[in-house]
Amino acid sequence: MILIRLFFEFFKAGLFAVGGGLATLPFLQEISQKTGWFTQNDLMDLIAISESTPGAIGVNAATYAGYHTYGLVGGVVATLGLICPSVIVIILVSKVLDRFKESDLVQHIFYGLRPASTGLIAAAGFSVVLATLVHVTELPGNLAGAFNWFGIVLAVILYWAIKKFNKHPVLYILASALVGIGAGYLHMFG
Amino acid sequence: MKALWEMFFTFARIGGLTFGGGYAMLPMLQREVVEKHHWATEEELADYYAIGQCTPGVIAVNTATFIGYRQEGIIGGIFATLGVISPSLVIITVIAACLTNFAELKVVQYAFEGIRVCVCVLIFNAVQKLWKKSVIDQPTTAIFLLVFLVSAGLSVGQSFYPDLFSVSPIVYVVIAGVAGVVLHGGNGKKETER
Repeated sequence: MILIRLFFEFFKAGLFAVGGGLATLPFLQEISQKTGWFTQNDLMDLIAISESTPGAIGVNAATYAGYHTYGLVGGVVATLGLICPSVIVIILVSKVLDRFKESDLVQHIFYGLRPASTGLIAAAGFSVVLATLVHVTELPGNLAGAFNWFGIVLAVILYWAIKKFNKHPVLYILASALVGIGAGYLHMFG
Repeated sequence: MKALWEMFFTFARIGGLTFGGGYAMLPMLQREVVEKHHWATEEELADYYAIGQCTPGVIAVNTATFIGYRQEGIIGGIFATLGVISPSLVIITVIAACLTNFAELKVVQYAFEGIRVCVCVLIFNAVQKLWKKSVIDQPTTAIFLLVFLVSAGLSVGQSFYPDLFSVSPIVYVVIAGVAGVVLHGGNGKKETER
């Protein structure tokens, strides 16, 4: 039955995609080739929609692909399939961690893990910044055209506002969306 | 029961307000989980992220399960997880059902030109907060710089040479864990007592 297969295909993606974000993408490609439930083009739409709606990209992708395959129920089943391995693995890890939290060894491991985790997040953030504010492929030649000047000015203003007011992040997101819409219709993006 | 629903709705809020997946969720988590509800400290959040990166699955789901389980046991983990995915389920289903060309709408594209800039700044700010808690001396500075430079360098390199190899986050995390034991385990007790 298609629902059971849907569940297990996404269960597999959830179990083997490590690292989050677009790590589920190769698995979705494989599902698309193997089952024909959705096409490569659907997959492109799916990425565009996942990145322009809130929520985790993997979850969005599973919901969208599941919906495409088997309607509402398909979306729910695919999503549950995707998250099941996470829930099981994390609860097991958490149990183990609880038992060993106070041990010196675990303390030492986390002493090394924390800066590495921060480094990975910083690097991911750095590539988001590059993709958003710099047109990297223009770089050595066209200096003026290689930067999104409007975005850079907006980023500086936002940074200042966040430091000064410390409000809920969603306020800044909303404000930026409005600024983006305004600037878009005034053709201000570089 | 009240605590469970609070868990559910807090994570639904986090899931519903995070644009751009995994890492973009960090500022929301800092705000809601650390500052507002005190379900975890800044250091614990960094730990959950590190674990979320080297365990299978979506990081947002892993982190939600972790925090939920810590607070309220298995049921808490399930409530937090269902909370974090429910906005996606609803929003994506609605979009898939009635708006096939959603991402091509001009107004959506323009809004995202702005939102993407904001996500950059929010992540930068979140990293600053994590930095203060995790990069505390010379060895941790060295680990941070190595991971950052190699990982960022590879991803910049890939935009010029698409065939360049990439390194899984698991590799960084495992090496850093071992480095932690070697660097910190070796030089005695005085730092562990801080």
